[in-house]
Amino acid sequence: MSTENATTPGFGDETGDRGRRLLSSLMGTGTIFVLLLILWVWITILNPSFAEPGPFLAYLKRSAPLVILAAGAYFVLVSGNFDLSVGSLVTVIVVVAARLIDGDPSNTWPVIVLLLVIGVVVGLVNGFISTVLRVPSFITTLGMLLILNGAVFLWTGGAPRGALADNFRSIGRQGINGIPWIEQLPWSVLLLFAIGAASALLMRSDFGRQLIATGDNERAARLSGVRVNRVRILAFVLSGTLAAVAGILLAGFGGVSAQVGQGLEFDAITACVLGGVVLGGGRGSVVAAMAGALTLEALFTWLNLQGISGALEDTVQGVIIIAAVSFASYRLRGAR
Amino acid sequence: MTVVDPPEQSAGSRASRRSERVAGWRVGILASPAAPVYGALIGIFVIAWIVVTIHGGTFLTVPNVVNMLQRSVALGIVSAGQTVVILLGSLDLSVAQLISLASLLAATTMDGQDANVVPAIAAVLALGVGVGLANGVIITKLRVNAFIATLGTALFISGIIQNRWDGPAGAVPKSFEDLGYTRFGVIPLSFFLLAVIVVVVWFILRNTRFGYRIYAVGGSEDVSKLSGLRTHRTIIAAHVVCSLTAVITGLFLASRLGAGTPTVGTDGGYDLESIAAVVLGGTALAGGRGGVLGTLGGVFILAVLDNTFNQLELNAFLKDVVRGVILIAAIAVYALR
Repeated sequence: MSTENATTPGFGDETGDRGRRLLSSLMGTGTIFVLLLILWVWITILNPSFAEPGPFLAYLKRSAPLVILAAGAYFVLVSGNFDLSVGSLVTVIVVVAARLIDGDPSNTWPVIVLLLVIGVVVGLVNGFISTVLRVPSFITTLGMLLILNGAVFLWTGGAPRGALADNFRSIGRQGINGIPWIEQLPWSVLLLFAIGAASALLMRSDFGRQLIATGDNERAARLSGVRVNRVRILAFVLSGTLAAVAGILLAGFGGVSAQVGQGLEFDAITACVLGGVVLGGGRGSVVAAMAGALTLEALFTWLNLQGISGALEDTVQGVIIIAAVSFASYRLRGAR
Repeated sequence: MTVVDPPEQSAGSRASRRSERVAGWRVGILASPAAPVYGALIGIFVIAWIVVTIHGGTFLTVPNVVNMLQRSVALGIVSAGQTVVILLGSLDLSVAQLISLASLLAATTMDGQDANVVPAIAAVLALGVGVGLANGVIITKLRVNAFIATLGTALFISGIIQNRWDGPAGAVPKSFEDLGYTRFGVIPLSFFLLAVIVVVVWFILRNTRFGYRIYAVGGSEDVSKLSGLRTHRTIIAAHVVCSLTAVITGLFLASRLGAGTPTVGTDGGYDLESIAAVVLGGTALAGGRGGVLGTLGGVFILAVLDNTFNQLELNAFLKDVVRGVILIAAIAVYALR
């Protein structure tokens, strides 16, 4: 029941068909962009400076880690799996970075390579156990969450130790200075767009189509020659690597703490579902998933502006997430 | 999908039917999805026994075994409910927060007065029904995926808790506190509570129409709907059952601790832990296969591990690592069968 089926194929009318297909796919995933736009406009009404380049870039910079995590979560979700370990992986990345760099700028680059390797390895292990050993990914990554959280604090003796060097932090904090009009283009925003573009291209490549086919109908995909396990393992590797990148950015903004990654796995999955990704696989677009993350971050900004902070924030967030997802699911069905 | 057809009522001699039934039982026990779980439980129990004994601790003594049973109660009750929703193909991530809220509501309503115990229990059960209904309606009528719906409810409840309470509150009267500690001989009363709940859930799943519907919806929601099942009602009712077990766990914990605590549910990690227990118990996460007896085995496995780690005085973080490894390894062994 993919959106392609909704349009009747027209013979000899290639361009018309393509146009209609584009329109229908936009209708299918477009709800999230409408929601995002409404929130941006609303925030701008509450706080007009939000639309200025500086504050808006600051918002994008703040959103970058979640958007990157959402892209990673998308690959895993669309292939029909879950990754609950990304939150603890982010914590691991931040804590390991602090301990190994220990304030010495010359350690930064080797450590960054090591962090990315950690992300790849965690993804490989998750993928291997979930596919070859056939453990449901929910359990694999839940176990991985326990393992990562336990291991990193076993290593540091209970609390984060060490410090980050300034050049490591600058990845999350600084940017290209001296650009007219916007003054500074943060590195994290550049990374956000680069990863966004790469993900969108990846989903249009053979790999992306195989990934969606696997999530939609594993058996059909296997019979038509997709190496299902390999594709799924790669999805986990992408998720792990992107979680490492998000961790590096988050370490830059905030301090080193044991709670830095807490709940991020749920935020990333929520962002994807907001963007119309169906849990269980096979449906959804990566751009919409990233738009879902931007929406979630805009929601947090909006909540702050409404003066809802502290205790009741969770309650309001819960209501809004349910409302937004049910709104999105109604519109999705309506469009079909 | 499990077989739902009623057995054929053909005429036959009573004796042959009885021997058939006995043979059926024998096959049934070995073929039941719970069998490998109890096999694993026995295996882990024996290994734990050896390891603890070598380490110089005591394992197979009455107090220690009773201690393990006692520790299984809270997780066992909520996991029984979690089994019902997972069999249905759904899941409930809101139980941990609901347990905290139930313990707070119970303790503050009781306020140390014996006369308030019954109203407090009624209020807490009503809370369970309400939250279960909310979860079920959000999933069915608002068409929100169960994962997100119950995550949203969990956030909702956590906000309410943080807004009203910042520490332990209320008090339970002595009579109610005793319930958590009373023993019949060596067996704690609370273990009977767990046994009653597991038996009730087992009976519902095996012998009622509602139970058959749960397996049917878990097997395939579309097929059940096309066969004329009111799937929405089944889903909502199952979520009510799950939330009820969560609030009963909250009541039990309030009785054990003597007061309500805002973090009692999340500290115990009852949301993910109960799902882990259900899956360790051989129930498929996708729904339609499994049962509550297996879940009980899963809970016991976790309790034996916990007890062993405590006796070995394992570092808290190492404990997490080992638990994660064992969780994955156990499920991998099931999957290989």
